[in-house]
Amino acid sequence: MSAILKLAGVLQIAYKLLINDRAKFAALLVGITFAVFLMIEMTSLFAGILSRSSSTVINIGASVWIMDPAVQTVANTIPLPDYVLDEVRSVPGVKYAVPLYSGAALLKLRDGTYQAANVIGLDDTSLFGRPQMLAGNIEDIFAENAFIAIKDAEFYKLQNPHIGTEFELNDHRGVIVGIARVASSALFGVPTLYTTYNRALQYIPNTRFTISYLLVEPKTAADIATIKARVAAHGYLALTRDEFVHKISDFYMYQTGIGTNMMLMTIISFIVGLSISGQTFYTFILENIDKFGALKAIGAKGRELVAMILFQATFVALTGYGIGVGLCAALIWIARSHLPDYAAIITFSNLAMAFVMVVVIAAISSYVGVRKVLRIEPFDIFRG
Amino acid sequence: MGINKWFGEGQARTHAVKDVSFEAAFGEMLYVVGPSGSGKTTMLSMISGILRPSSGTVRIEDTDIWSLSSDALAEFRLKRIGFVFQDYHLFPRLTTAENVAIPLILQHREWHAAVEEAERNLAIVGLKERAQLPPVKLSGGEQQRVAIARAIASRPDILILDEPTASLDGDTGRNILQFVREHLLTEQRCIVIVTHDSRIYEFANRILRMEDGHITGVERSQLDAQ
Repeated sequence: MSAILKLAGVLQIAYKLLINDRAKFAALLVGITFAVFLMIEMTSLFAGILSRSSSTVINIGASVWIMDPAVQTVANTIPLPDYVLDEVRSVPGVKYAVPLYSGAALLKLRDGTYQAANVIGLDDTSLFGRPQMLAGNIEDIFAENAFIAIKDAEFYKLQNPHIGTEFELNDHRGVIVGIARVASSALFGVPTLYTTYNRALQYIPNTRFTISYLLVEPKTAADIATIKARVAAHGYLALTRDEFVHKISDFYMYQTGIGTNMMLMTIISFIVGLSISGQTFYTFILENIDKFGALKAIGAKGRELVAMILFQATFVALTGYGIGVGLCAALIWIARSHLPDYAAIITFSNLAMAFVMVVVIAAISSYVGVRKVLRIEPFDIFRG
Repeated sequence: MGINKWFGEGQARTHAVKDVSFEAAFGEMLYVVGPSGSGKTTMLSMISGILRPSSGTVRIEDTDIWSLSSDALAEFRLKRIGFVFQDYHLFPRLTTAENVAIPLILQHREWHAAVEEAERNLAIVGLKERAQLPPVKLSGGEQQRVAIARAIASRPDILILDEPTASLDGDTGRNILQFVREHLLTEQRCIVIVTHDSRIYEFANRILRMEDGHITGVERSQLDAQ
């Protein structure tokens, strides 16, 4: 008979002792659920913010991005001189390289109000990084004054434009020629317009250098190292898509205070969960200590009592974890359906982190209980 | 030399049980009586394998129980000794039948089979119809009988009862002891009862009197005299 089967009976006793004490069981579940809910909500918000902070990188989708080394976020562009484009194109491992414009603009809408917008200028010859069209044709981007509006969470701020809607940008006339969608909305709550690289330069005032980023497709993955070295030799930085996303994430995490605050909130959630669950579990053990002593006197072995406590702690932890994850997912779903700007993503990392913390809560709670139970002397039961 | 038990250290050191030695036979109902603090519960704990003597040992048939490992001793208690605690120590979150099934479950019996056998034990003590109730719904006398049913669940050959009438009125206490005497005392079983309730002495075969940690006297009861 396996060890698990041998323990099945005592685990069933443990299960019944736990769930039949409804008040304590509910208090334990509330503690764990609350902690899991807060931890996942906090980390999901952070993941959502980080994801949106890299939205341009994700949406354009280039394999390698070339930039000034001082760039910290995708919105914080430092224009590159044109010769860098020529230099990169001359690297043997480069399949192709195209410029990208990314900048901010102030639009004057039909009703005379002004709205800030993010303008992405795609390479005129390749339209590399084009969005997925919902209405209109991508070729229409070459039409006079043409812009494509991105239908994301901020789309309504352009007063829900349609094909043919006009606006002004630096006294230039602009026309919406298509509606498109992208994988990720931007972080800063402004709508996004796509146009060609050259039109972006015409419409938006620029510095002497004009290329925001160079987008590079290497011939093979092995060529990336060569490209990086060649670019570095000219004082610029080449990053893969994932490296650029990490660089942006690191900036928000370590240099803005957002990461620190989120981490503090997550730690506080953990401490609150640990306090409630640990305290309640300890009280639960104390209230049953004479019963554990009686079991010991009758003939239960120490490892069986330990198994009972570990089972109770694990059962509460996993149940609370499941409810907490479910509640958090429901809240995010409801929030997103009412607030399009709501940035929260439950990732596998969030779930894993919360799971580890719940396991730690269960381990600490059960450790206290196990110590107490192993120390009880059956003789104390006789003494009353 | 008998068994001894000291508690504490230095000036607080107390000699609770002093060189106690006696034998009990299967088929015998043995009482240990004496005033509070006389050492009878300490002595009971040592002979039942839950409190290690400071010196001396306890032999049950050919087994020196204090030479057993901790696991082996737990197994020995589980299979051969049944306990009825003074406060019963029933689990309020389990049904009466599940409470009685605990020794069987600890012996790795399948849950439903253990509970069914527990119900048969409850029938022996006249509580079959109470099997699915939680112990808190039962009277004190009924809880005592549930504790007895649990103690005999694994068919132990030694039954230990600690102050079995302490929480019961006179008539109920007498009825319980009469039941124990008539239904549970067999040629293959020894029953040891710690009590200071003189109203139930009549059910004993032999009474050990303890005072200040010593056995001060041994009496044969009227039952044995008959």
